[in-house]
Amino acid sequence: MTLLAVERIKLFTTRSPLWCTLAALAVTIGFAALLAGVDTENLPTIASTQFGMNFGLMVIMVMATLAITTEYRFGTIRATFQAVPNRSATLIAKTTVVALFAGIVGELAAFGAVGISKLIQSGADLSINTPFEWRATAGVGLVYALAAVISVAVGVMIRHSAGAVSLTLIYVLLVESLVALIPNVGDDIQKWMPFYVVNKFLTGDPDITNRPIQEGPPPSLSSLSPWWSLAYFAGFALIMLLAALFTANKRDA
Amino acid sequence: MIEAEGLSKRYGKTLAVDNLSFSVQSGRVTGFLGPNGAGKSTTMRMILGLDKPSGGNVRIDGKRYKELHNPLRTVGALLDAKWVHPNRSARAHLRWLAKSNRLSPKRVDEVLDLVGLTDVANRRAGGFSLGMSQRLGIAAALLGDPQVLLFDEPVNGLDPEGILWIRRFMHRLAEEGRTVFVSSHLLSEMALTAQELIVIGKGKLISQCSTEEFVAQATENTVLVRSPQLALLRSALGELGASIRDDGESLVVSGMDIAKIGELAAAKNVALHELSPQRGSLEEAFIQLTGDAVEYHAALGDAAPAQPADLMPLGK
Repeated sequence: MTLLAVERIKLFTTRSPLWCTLAALAVTIGFAALLAGVDTENLPTIASTQFGMNFGLMVIMVMATLAITTEYRFGTIRATFQAVPNRSATLIAKTTVVALFAGIVGELAAFGAVGISKLIQSGADLSINTPFEWRATAGVGLVYALAAVISVAVGVMIRHSAGAVSLTLIYVLLVESLVALIPNVGDDIQKWMPFYVVNKFLTGDPDITNRPIQEGPPPSLSSLSPWWSLAYFAGFALIMLLAALFTANKRDA
Repeated sequence: MIEAEGLSKRYGKTLAVDNLSFSVQSGRVTGFLGPNGAGKSTTMRMILGLDKPSGGNVRIDGKRYKELHNPLRTVGALLDAKWVHPNRSARAHLRWLAKSNRLSPKRVDEVLDLVGLTDVANRRAGGFSLGMSQRLGIAAALLGDPQVLLFDEPVNGLDPEGILWIRRFMHRLAEEGRTVFVSSHLLSEMALTAQELIVIGKGKLISQCSTEEFVAQATENTVLVRSPQLALLRSALGELGASIRDDGESLVVSGMDIAKIGELAAAKNVALHELSPQRGSLEEAFIQLTGDAVEYHAALGDAAPAQPADLMPLGK
């Protein structure tokens, strides 16, 4: 608990988490407002309100990466390891705090997006009833939290802000989509890419709202069931975290 | 008390710290002296468990750093005053450090007061001058009221007032019975600050002794002699086994007491124009000592292949 409190103090005594939160909420809730306001032909559905989810995810991943790379940049990681020589415990505490924070931002973003859509289009049916609708909204926080774990892990391994952030964004935005272009096997590989798989948890199976495909995050063709998709993503996050702890313990601080 | 045994650190091909053994006693300021790049900071990082030794070990009061429970209560260190997030306030920086070792938040205000930063405690640390950053670093080191303190080049870049403040501060800490270990590349600074010296060059131990002893040893005492009958005096001195450097106009005599030289001149009826003691500067002595270490290091490579050739005649 002490270590969690330490990391909480660290996270909230700098400004970047605040700005990243505002940015994440602005893009997710902003996109929902835009869609609800502009597209007057189709009333918003739960799925379409989560259109900005992936953009918020990018911002949160940047925030989580910076939470650890700035420690390397400014040497506070050495001060930390000096105060608490158990590096695994320290880094797990940091990961936990950042992930919890990312999760809360995710919930705020998801429900905020639903709320603002309802405000703009009061006629829309935006009640959350089905398992799919619950996953699409409340699930955003879970995905943000796990993505934050992956980002912290990458940050620990790369240590440089620019390197870690660009690697993360290039991977999520480009590699996972472009891998599908590989002839013959591309589609099969893509089906097992972690961020592609976790989309299944949020968007897929079955999307009973029958929304037009362009309204909302693209569906995932992963062959896993939604909850197994989340478990797969969590497993990936765990492996990254273990790799990060291994390198941090092996290297000089 | 800090004890290092055969401590080594290798980065790729370079051996930054080479089989270093020393001990740092409590109740006095121990200087850790060596030119830039001698391995002082690396050694300090190994003491704090930040870098892993390639060989040997270092213990604090008999324990490895990783075995210490709430280490800030045992060891306080200032390795780099810039290890602070620039957007975090001085107080927030100390607050998380205090929390990590279960120290009361009151202690934060106490150490801020101790180093005179109370007025600027809520300002972002990124805007601090070097002197203020050093004070914040010292506040962090003192947070757990530790018995062992490590400072890496604490006076670097400080103004005279800051230097004096830090020097007095360290003396006070040692007088309270703490172990104070301070690194520096300036012998003149260490001569004023430290009572005990550990001198290293190229990662190797050159000497460990009291500062007085080291200074006396390092600065060779010589006597300058000028006389119209220089040649006569030189042979007389030579007979008594003094080593002499002759530059034609004067003699520089070492290994003989100044009074004895005067008496010898009187006995030999030699007129003296000058008889004066010469003291080498600390800096010269330091360069001479650590320079030797450098030469020694370089000579090792050359000497190794030469050895078999030298041994050949013996073999035959």
